[in-house]
Amino acid sequence: MHMKVAKRLHPGRVFLPTLVLTSVWPLMAWGHVESGQAGGFLSGLSHPVSGLDHVIAMVAVGLWGAQLGMPALWVLPVAFPMMMAFGGMLGLIGIPLPGVEIGIAVSAVVLGALVLGQVRLPLIAAVGVVALFAVFHGHAHGTELETGQNAMLYSLGFVIATGMLHAVGIATGLIHRWDLGRQALRGAGALVMAGGLYFLWGAVA
Amino acid sequence: MNRLGVRVSVAAVLLAAPAAAQAHLVNSGLGPFYDGALHLLLSPGDLLGLVGAALLAGLRGARAGRLTVIALTMSWLLTGMIGMRLPVNPDLTWLSVLSFLILGVLVAADARLSPVAVASLGAVYGALHGLLNGSALAAMSAAPSALFGIVLAVMVIALLTAAAVVPVRALWARVAVRVAGSWVVAVGMLMLGWLAQGAS
Repeated sequence: MHMKVAKRLHPGRVFLPTLVLTSVWPLMAWGHVESGQAGGFLSGLSHPVSGLDHVIAMVAVGLWGAQLGMPALWVLPVAFPMMMAFGGMLGLIGIPLPGVEIGIAVSAVVLGALVLGQVRLPLIAAVGVVALFAVFHGHAHGTELETGQNAMLYSLGFVIATGMLHAVGIATGLIHRWDLGRQALRGAGALVMAGGLYFLWGAVA
Repeated sequence: MNRLGVRVSVAAVLLAAPAAAQAHLVNSGLGPFYDGALHLLLSPGDLLGLVGAALLAGLRGARAGRLTVIALTMSWLLTGMIGMRLPVNPDLTWLSVLSFLILGVLVAADARLSPVAVASLGAVYGALHGLLNGSALAAMSAAPSALFGIVLAVMVIALLTAAAVVPVRALWARVAVRVAGSWVVAVGMLMLGWLAQGAS
């Protein structure tokens, strides 16, 4: 029975109906949009992808997780948002974090280097590295709510976008199973590291 | 395209066909009911904990799912009615955020709680938010059908979410549920910070 259902729900058979559904789905008419509320979600959603320093570090977390395999593959994306939000909370309640921009740039350098070198740290150490950098990212980016926007929706959008960046990294990192993919992944780590050095130069100059 | 694909495509087109706009729903007498149902869907603060409780119940199996859906819905309805009669005035936003943050932690940790414990947590969450919803409805002098709209939406969302998670066995899918829990925690922590700043 389960096999039969699974066979019927094969991705290839579900794709076309899904495509039809999304093509003909009518858009809702919002005559009186609460621009502040909706804007809060969109602002939060777009914020993590608007800064390249944030983007490369988030993607690198996913790449490194994919290289490390289980259980780091899922522990890192679970730990990161929570520690990032913790950093954001520190910023919001007024606890300063010195050298935030430097910390963000260093995160890209270190994470890129870890991917480049295919470094396999023990799980607890890997989580510690990612959690430390997550605090810097949260402190810098999680606190930038524009006036009049809904804080809850901003936070929701911010966290979802960050999670999606991790997912991009993990999905890309799946090429690790092939020899050529492993080399490409290390190349991606080198790019992240180079980007981090560029941002580090900007932060300290 | 095979027969199943044709059926699903036809069903999709029928579902997506635009319906007439009901600009004056008050004529049907169901306006407050839909207002209530829509209120929940547009209230992320209520939704996050509701989804968190349902995810936790789903992770713990079918019995936990059944008990939680019943306990959550009934407590939401009962305290909602109490709130409409005896509204509470204190601002409990902190407590509301803290409640969904705790549920998110339990989902992210895949906490091995008994079905009764999960249902109890769901009941506490439902009781808190039912009281808040009922009090808000009393302040607006809203009709009781608004509360029924909210509670029906609560039941549908909890039921669908828990039912979607109960059969999940694949590791990646259970991990996805736990990641969702970590997102709830993250939003809760950021909200605590915003509340400390006076935002809402």
